[in-house]
Amino acid sequence: MFMLKFIVRNMFRHKLRSILTVVGVAVAVLAFGLLRTLVGLWYSGAEHASATRLVTRNAISLIFPLPVSYLDRIRGVPGVTQVSYGNWFGGIYIDEKHFFANYAVQPASYLDLYPEFRLSPKERSDFLMDRKGCIVGSKLAKTYGWKVGDIVTLKGTIYPGNWEMVVRGVYHGAEKTTEERILLFHWDYLNETLKKSVARRADQVGFYMVGVKKPELAPDVALTIDGIFKNSLAETLTETEKAFHMSFVSMTEAIMVAIQIVSYMVIAIIMVVAANTMAMTARERTGEYATLKTLGFKAGHLGVLIFGESVAISLFGGVLGAVGTFPAALWIETQLAQFFPYFSVSRETITLEVLAALLVGVISGIFPTWRGATIKVAEGLRRIG
Amino acid sequence: MSASPDAIVSIRNLSKSYRRGNQVLPVLTGISFDIARGEFVALMGPSGSGKSTLLNLIAGIDSADSGSIKVAGVEITGLSENELARWRAHSVGFIFQFYNLIPVLTAFENVELPLLLTSLSRRERREHVEAVLSVVGLADRMDHYPSQLSGGQQQRVAIARAVVTDPEILVADEPTGDLDRASAEEILKLMDRLVHELGKTIIMVTHDPRAAEKAHLIRHLEKGELSES
Repeated sequence: MFMLKFIVRNMFRHKLRSILTVVGVAVAVLAFGLLRTLVGLWYSGAEHASATRLVTRNAISLIFPLPVSYLDRIRGVPGVTQVSYGNWFGGIYIDEKHFFANYAVQPASYLDLYPEFRLSPKERSDFLMDRKGCIVGSKLAKTYGWKVGDIVTLKGTIYPGNWEMVVRGVYHGAEKTTEERILLFHWDYLNETLKKSVARRADQVGFYMVGVKKPELAPDVALTIDGIFKNSLAETLTETEKAFHMSFVSMTEAIMVAIQIVSYMVIAIIMVVAANTMAMTARERTGEYATLKTLGFKAGHLGVLIFGESVAISLFGGVLGAVGTFPAALWIETQLAQFFPYFSVSRETITLEVLAALLVGVISGIFPTWRGATIKVAEGLRRIG
Repeated sequence: MSASPDAIVSIRNLSKSYRRGNQVLPVLTGISFDIARGEFVALMGPSGSGKSTLLNLIAGIDSADSGSIKVAGVEITGLSENELARWRAHSVGFIFQFYNLIPVLTAFENVELPLLLTSLSRRERREHVEAVLSVVGLADRMDHYPSQLSGGQQQRVAIARAVVTDPEILVADEPTGDLDRASAEEILKLMDRLVHELGKTIIMVTHDPRAAEKAHLIRHLEKGELSES
């Protein structure tokens, strides 16, 4: 108890120095947590992908389409429960800054395959009935103040022209990780318009979404689908939804690795700063440590005192940083929603933040503790005066 | 030369040298002397004569090159670091020139420090600390931090800390060196009381002849050798 009191008093002996160290550790831990969250979120699309959904696309590249006529043949593959299809539309709302994902999809089958997109029965039927209808995620609707019945006009980039559609429903995600910033509209609307304007681009889809009975069947179903279209004009590549997402993520793998390295560097830098502070503190108190040893205190006692202070300062900063991660993440989620629609800090990240702070305290306390514990009494006493 | 029967400190053929680079600087060369129980001894001598080194050796905070140091029957030259620490905790009280109080602890807590190494309960520690602070006249300053006390008061806290474990001997290195004349007088009177009323043995290093006058015996150290006056 006395030692604890002693450690706490020592912590606030040089208030400015301690506060700066605590703030330094807090900021480093906060940055570490946010960077880790960012990296985690980058992979979360793949991690939360369904194991019973496959994506079939053109084997050459995603930008090449597939004929819509593949639909029935894919549907006939054993183990397949449902097939939907769609195109990445790439429409712009107002201007390029207002980016969000928008797809033209076969609505009924798509909603069957994505039960995590929750709509009321009325909204669902209104959407299915209206060929110029669309549904939007709740976060997207909130961003632009859209409500059911509003008309939204997207400017086509891949499919030129102004595309007007009516909001028929606002979906909510079943999970916190469900994407709620997507606009979905009827593939038929796109296709019929193309038939009139650019007929050669009609009846083609960008991807098929394939539902399978059991995750174990996914590899066989994928092989069968690709086998069917082998040596055709548009060969297919079928992969799990997770693998599909990962193919996007892997394009930015180097950036993610760099961000991860930066997150560790932040901790390493603060470790050096904290170690320097503790070394300075221990050097200043050499005379006191010698006095304590004179009184009969042993190296172990001094170790507890110095090490305890180092760990306490770092942990204090670490806990502050960890607590601060939540409002910082919330701020990012609300202010930078177009980039980070979902920015939730995991329990694992918080644990890692506290462990990182603990590590900073332990590492930065080792050398000063060793110095303090091994000081020769007579030599230490000579430094006073 | 054998130790006198009432000697609390008995030193025989004590030598100590320091190494500076390749040079060996002898500080004490074959010193032998005894200090009787309840005696107040002043060690005097010019700077660098080895007074503080001798005091440190007697107090077990430095190690001798050769010779023997017996304090209250314990041969301390053969003790390990940990054994010395344990021995110092209950056998020696220290009074320093610059008081060496811990600035973040109150007067009470500073005095309580050595008692933390004993098996006394919290209540017993409190009783002991209050008693010694009363002896040194600082019962009303218990909750003050060193920075809130004058030099003389800080030294009295340091004396209280030195005697709180009821050690056999007190070692004092220039205890009045940082004090004005009036405060120095007070401290010397207090030390005198410790000898006469509590029967403590005090070994004091000093440059100040007026401080040395209070001692029963003055020993001079010069060029590593001891003489009596």
